[in-house]
Amino acid sequence: MREKVFGVLLATAAVLMMAAPLIAHHGAASFDTERELTLKGTVTEWIWANPHCFLKFDAKDDTGTVRNWVVESQNPTDMTVRGWRRTSFKVGDQVTVTLQPVKNGAPVGRIRKVVLANGETLGTTNPAPAAAPAQPAPPER
Amino acid sequence: MANRFRFAVIVAAALTLPAVSFAQNQPWNNPGRALNPNQQQVEAGPAPRRDLTGIWDAGGGGIGATGYPTSPLTPWGEEVSKTHKAGDGSRMVPLPEINDPLSTLGDPAGFPRLLLFELRPFQVVHTPNSVLMLYMFEKRWRVIWTDGRQLPKDPDPRWYGYSVGRWEDDTTLVVESVGMDERTWLDNSGNPHSDQMRVEERYHRVNQNTLELTVTIDDPKTYAKPWVPRNKLPLRLLPAGTDLMEMIPSASEAAAYRKAMAEPIK
Repeated sequence: MREKVFGVLLATAAVLMMAAPLIAHHGAASFDTERELTLKGTVTEWIWANPHCFLKFDAKDDTGTVRNWVVESQNPTDMTVRGWRRTSFKVGDQVTVTLQPVKNGAPVGRIRKVVLANGETLGTTNPAPAAAPAQPAPPER
Repeated sequence: MANRFRFAVIVAAALTLPAVSFAQNQPWNNPGRALNPNQQQVEAGPAPRRDLTGIWDAGGGGIGATGYPTSPLTPWGEEVSKTHKAGDGSRMVPLPEINDPLSTLGDPAGFPRLLLFELRPFQVVHTPNSVLMLYMFEKRWRVIWTDGRQLPKDPDPRWYGYSVGRWEDDTTLVVESVGMDERTWLDNSGNPHSDQMRVEERYHRVNQNTLELTVTIDDPKTYAKPWVPRNKLPLRLLPAGTDLMEMIPSASEAAAYRKAMAEPIK
């Protein structure tokens, strides 16, 4: 019985750990957390690096002026879990970026999601639980 | 009955998750984070005797993005903490003002920040006279001497200090550390420490697959009394063949990030 109670506690603890915030390095102090923008643009650079990956793209503002945006994601380790890759973008790709801008109006923000030209969406939350193996899977060969 | 209860707890908890990550168990470049509730249900064998060998993963619980509540700061600790402009937690400032030596300069995280922020998977290796801990984050390692030597009396400061370990019982390794460099922060909220700090780590192997980590900070120059930032943090054993990604906060990448993201919003 004691072992089973412990099992429950262990499973609960594990689940709670997974629910912990996945942000790292810095919080939201610079960002306007009440706003989201969706912009269509052209990729000019994709930096796959710590502490945050960031995407640069050109997009027209309301006056038709092209601005070069810089928008960050999380680090490569966490973005890999979410399906992003070092090769997710190349210069010239057409993208639709949903972002949370900084407060001072500069073309800087953090990524909420990116829709690629082929319709694929890259998101910033982790995948939902899927059918998991009954025990740790051996490494693939 | 107990099984039903266990199942109900797991399902209820899983349904409340905003997001869950699973490792792909790739043969190369694995991001870790392999925890999932189904794996936790597997009946684990008993803990082996005096053996922590393996790759251990705290999942999201290892990140510690917002730092920790501490015991009250001393006047000296208060003065030092005012100079720390953190990216998150109680001292959070906008991006251009952050002066975290890890994220802005590429300085080492140091010890014990290595355990309190970005505790990503780490591997434990036993040798005849030491325990080695090899960390994914920063790709650092520590040597914990288990040959009976005493800690140094007046150590030169080190980023990662000096550590000795002893087995308190067959499943609990206790590590004591001194001599940590004052330039490092304790966590991501900029909690400070002095060169008088002693750190105790307790690694309790609950069973084959689970390890619990408790960290106690004892620094009378900085804090009114000892405090415990990590209390029985569960760590899960990853498959032995897991090849972890690099996760290195390099100085040049930190500079590139600040140029791109922080300078435009000054």
